[in-house]
Amino acid sequence: MSKIKKISNLLDKKVIKKLKPGEEILFSGKFYTARDQAHQKIKEIIKQEKKLPFNPEGKVVYYCGPTDTPLGKSIGSCGPTTSSRMDLFIEPLLKRGLLAMVGKGRRSPAAKALIKKYGAVYFLAPSGCGAMLSQFVLSKKLICFPELGPEAIYQLKVENFPLIVGVDSAGRSIYK
Amino acid sequence: MNKKQKELREKIKKLVKEANFSLRVDLKKLISDAFSRETKKMPRQALGWILDNAETAKKNKVALCQDTGLPIVFIEAGRKQEIDSSLINTIKKEVSRGYKDNYLRRSIVDPLLRRKPKYQGVISHLQFLPKVKGIRITLFPKGFGSENKTQLKMFNPTANINQIEDFIVDAVKKAGPESCPPFFVGVGIGGTSDQALFLAKKALINRVDLVNPDKYLNTLEKRILKKINKLKIGPMGFGGKFTALAVKIKKCPTHIAGLPVGVNISCHALRSASTVIKL
Repeated sequence: MSKIKKISNLLDKKVIKKLKPGEEILFSGKFYTARDQAHQKIKEIIKQEKKLPFNPEGKVVYYCGPTDTPLGKSIGSCGPTTSSRMDLFIEPLLKRGLLAMVGKGRRSPAAKALIKKYGAVYFLAPSGCGAMLSQFVLSKKLICFPELGPEAIYQLKVENFPLIVGVDSAGRSIYK
Repeated sequence: MNKKQKELREKIKKLVKEANFSLRVDLKKLISDAFSRETKKMPRQALGWILDNAETAKKNKVALCQDTGLPIVFIEAGRKQEIDSSLINTIKKEVSRGYKDNYLRRSIVDPLLRRKPKYQGVISHLQFLPKVKGIRITLFPKGFGSENKTQLKMFNPTANINQIEDFIVDAVKKAGPESCPPFFVGVGIGGTSDQALFLAKKALINRVDLVNPDKYLNTLEKRILKKINKLKIGPMGFGGKFTALAVKIKKCPTHIAGLPVGVNISCHALRSASTVIKL
């Protein structure tokens, strides 16, 4: 465990540039959950040139729709969902400074090219391990789109959340 | 509320918890076995996470996976059971209530409007099976990371077994790392298109670590599993020996002009729980 790189909120393009596919890190900082419907809404808002309720600049988006939060806990089960469903929506976010995405599975060639173009990174979270991952989340706060229920954008404060680099800033993937 | 209804409600409550909070005993056995046999670092770590996750879920009463699925209920009724629509309504209602009471996820929406996710919308399948004593109720919460990878192919009746095997292996290949391998693969062969897919799901509700009593299907299951594990997708897509941990096949008679094959893939957290009531 001692060899694992710990990355804090200070994640920036310089730190990202050093990450390689397959590398394991423990992340401490903030995630912003967003899935299909939140991405769709963001796309619409941008299209209509309205103000975004969520500024992607410098942020980490987590493709996750947690369960309800059990009484006395900071969050319920909260593992990653399939990232490829969001592939078509990532450019406007990357263009506005999104640093990283967290999810599970492969990305499309186009998505990988965009990750490279904007010097971003895509992390994998242990998939199907939502109960285990709930232990690394300190708090969950609603940011916007409450009508989406579990698909709303929530800010999660996380500590030592295990991640693996899925696509690095050069667009190289852990998967063939 | 009479005594039997009360008993039914209590049992459904338990099913919701059991299915979502506890890794099935047969799965735990297969995953632990894979963990001890895998030698590569990353897939072994992934299997370790899966086992850790099961421990935490049980201990903390947190769902194994945030995708608590679209709950499907299989109702298998034996002889001389009092059964009508009210029973099915009660079961569905109790499952939805159990989801809410246990802080599971509201994952059900109108397919076109896609507004406000709800707990309501449980799917039920009712069968009358003389072998069953009483009424067997199985709750099967199906997550959509793997459900989205379902495949159906209507083969020509002259198709050979190799073509069918290749189709199943290819379905697993397409499912890939994002459907949460190591998988449990359900296959339905025969019937009509809907029946083949129904059987593919039903193949997963019983223990997956047992030998198929049909010798031909048992050999076929083993052969396909071997081929799948040559794909080297591995736990969470990290390679290694275990892309799937079991293939289960069910078959039923079909039409002379056709050969439907349905493939239903389950993630490593194949969730289900069963109970029996007598009415």
